[in-house]
Amino acid sequence: MLNLPRCCLCIGCAATAVAGLAFGQPAAPAEDGQWTMPAKNFENTRYSGLDQIKITNAKNLRVAWTFSTGVTRGQEAAPIVVGDTMYIVTSYPNILYALDLKKNGATKWKFEPEPAAAAQGVACCDVVNRGCFFDKGKVFFNTLDDNVCAVDANTGKLLWKTKVGEINRGETMTMAPLVVHDKVLVGNAGGEFGVRGWLTAVDANSGKIAWRAYSTGPDTDCLIDSEFKPFYESDRGKDLGVKSWPPDRWQIGGGTVWGWISYDAEQNLMFYGTANPGSWNPELRPGDNKWTCGVFARNPDTGQARWFYQLNPHDEFDHDGVNENMVVDLQVDGRPRKTLLSAQRNGYVYVFDRTTGEVLSATPFVRITASKGVDLKTGRIITNPEKKPQMGKVIRDVAPASPGAKDWQPCAWSPRTHLLYIPHQNLAMDYEAVEASYIEGTPYLGVNVKMYADGGGKRGEYCAWDPVQKKKVWAIAEDFPVWSGTLATAGDVTFYGTMDGWFKAVNAKTGEVLWEFKTGSGIIGQPTTFLGPDGKQYVAILSGVGGWAGAVVSGDLDVRDPTAALGFANAMKDLPQHTTKGGTLYVFGLP
Amino acid sequence: MNWKTNSRTARTATCRSCRPFGPHGVRHPAKTLLGTCLPYSLLLPVLLLFSCEREERPLVVQPPLAQDASLPQISDLVPGPKHNKGPSVANPDENNSWMMAEGKRFYEAYNCVGCHAHGGGGMGPALMDEKWIYGYEPQQVYATIVEGRPNGMPSFRGKISNDQLWEIVAYVRSLSGLANQWAANARDDHIKGGSPPNSIPEGTPHNSSEPQPR
Repeated sequence: MLNLPRCCLCIGCAATAVAGLAFGQPAAPAEDGQWTMPAKNFENTRYSGLDQIKITNAKNLRVAWTFSTGVTRGQEAAPIVVGDTMYIVTSYPNILYALDLKKNGATKWKFEPEPAAAAQGVACCDVVNRGCFFDKGKVFFNTLDDNVCAVDANTGKLLWKTKVGEINRGETMTMAPLVVHDKVLVGNAGGEFGVRGWLTAVDANSGKIAWRAYSTGPDTDCLIDSEFKPFYESDRGKDLGVKSWPPDRWQIGGGTVWGWISYDAEQNLMFYGTANPGSWNPELRPGDNKWTCGVFARNPDTGQARWFYQLNPHDEFDHDGVNENMVVDLQVDGRPRKTLLSAQRNGYVYVFDRTTGEVLSATPFVRITASKGVDLKTGRIITNPEKKPQMGKVIRDVAPASPGAKDWQPCAWSPRTHLLYIPHQNLAMDYEAVEASYIEGTPYLGVNVKMYADGGGKRGEYCAWDPVQKKKVWAIAEDFPVWSGTLATAGDVTFYGTMDGWFKAVNAKTGEVLWEFKTGSGIIGQPTTFLGPDGKQYVAILSGVGGWAGAVVSGDLDVRDPTAALGFANAMKDLPQHTTKGGTLYVFGLP
Repeated sequence: MNWKTNSRTARTATCRSCRPFGPHGVRHPAKTLLGTCLPYSLLLPVLLLFSCEREERPLVVQPPLAQDASLPQISDLVPGPKHNKGPSVANPDENNSWMMAEGKRFYEAYNCVGCHAHGGGGMGPALMDEKWIYGYEPQQVYATIVEGRPNGMPSFRGKISNDQLWEIVAYVRSLSGLANQWAANARDDHIKGGSPPNSIPEGTPHNSSEPQPR
């Protein structure tokens, strides 16, 4: 163990943290050189206080070591680092590896949960996994077939495994858990199968289910009681999770929880989003379809809801609300506010008051035709009647397309530059509503979709956004959607990857690409950075194309059919010429 | 009769009258050794001759399906002489426009379209290309839908009527130009706008592995 250099560095980081406080940032723990959860911290900022890699020397980055996972479906997970060990979880079959940083990534142990092979058939958008979470000597992760696993971080022995969902209903799990107060918080996926969404807390020590909060149905199922104080009138009333649906439709109403969870220790509140309602065809479910496509604030100990905001009441285009909600404090109209910052699929960057759920601002960060803005008085998005889906009619030029302006790929926030770094896509689509039959365990969609580059331009972008000035500061256009996550550092360098395999270091202030490296396959993973046992800063990324955007390669799809991969294939016809399947971890460092 | 149990026990004849020498006799060896064993042992040859009941043993033991020659062959490999390939089943629906159109309607109604799209695939593999994981012959496609397959294809056994199944099979094969092109759909009314099934050239279908070998 090389504690000394880390401690030296921590002093520097503590100084940064203090500087952050001066700007009114929530007190983040001092930088310890680790990366113990996919989002780096409970605030979900993906900001590291490490600064050895900086604007001036990033060009010298080179490969330190690599590791082949042996799995070649889409790799969306973050490699997390605890002490001298790195943990990565692969896409299906969800192998958990512990790699020894003292031995250039030699395998310490691996744990194979052996999920049911049939689960692959009900995973909507490739068989991905978004990472594992370390807490108190245990590594927690979810398997595609709905099991939550707790593994001893030192030995790789399974401590407990709890089944929380059912693949025969169409439920899978792809999200990364978050652990707060010994509660492992996990949610289901399967919004394309008419499942009923939920978030569940599993006791970290016993593996027993502590509580479950559904996203549809009666208040008792949604853990909504007298503590629930939503900001807007439209979210107040009894059993809205039943009344905002045609009779009984809430039972197959979606609202899955497959994205990110953040946590505000000061208020003891967690924040997470709910996904699209089932079916995709909105004509089959008149009403606001609560509590889908929105953001919940809940007490993580009991699950009790505090507030809710619905991003897309009666969602028309599969604009899930699951994107990460960052706990950062911003100056709004000259006043410091406790805010929640989020770039959502419907194309707006939202700034919420995280104590009440009030929308302080909602600003488009891409071209939007699906809606015409957000009414800040009622909180309601103003949908565009011209784009309203109708059975049997093809609606052209709906922007953003179903994966939204930004899908699952998480942003980063730098308290130094006060910029939000957004990896995202620029896609529009043709959208045709058709009949949908609900058959348990099969897709429940009722639409034909065909996506394409918005305005015929570039399909992706990596941009820096100023949420206070509500404007884009700089942007890097990318040919393919930027489906990877990103991170920011105290060295003012950010990192992201492209679907044709380039891993890039960027000047956080100007957007200048400082360095790039071509990995073996397209990148859709989440970069992390850490201090190695030698006291040096490293950056890690999984390379392995896939996910919804890359399914044309990872699933060998036929792009002659534009509706393949729920319409994404049409926008990705040329991807197979630019990359092949892979599943390799790359770790970079300075010489 | 349970064929499994039967085949296992048929190898040993059970002598019921010999049981006292079995587990029961061992429990009190000192007491019983002389007093009990001696008279019995004298009777043993007689008992063996007259009182052992032999269990009934059918000479041929098999599950009902084992002789079904109509089962589709999924593998390209056939051990030994190569004359035992299963018969190819012609699907009359592939020559009938209306039935293939019906097949398309059922393909959408049973949500096949949700996973395989209009042939390009998604959660499930593409159906319009030349690669077939579990065979492209009509009876192979039929079997895949009915039986399901281990890596995510659900089993629709008992869920879809037989005539509808064969119509779906005809439509699925038409997607890669394998059905009669004079009868295949000439237009696609949905969003797609690509080549209709009757214009897709028949390729060289071949068996292929899963997208990711495991």
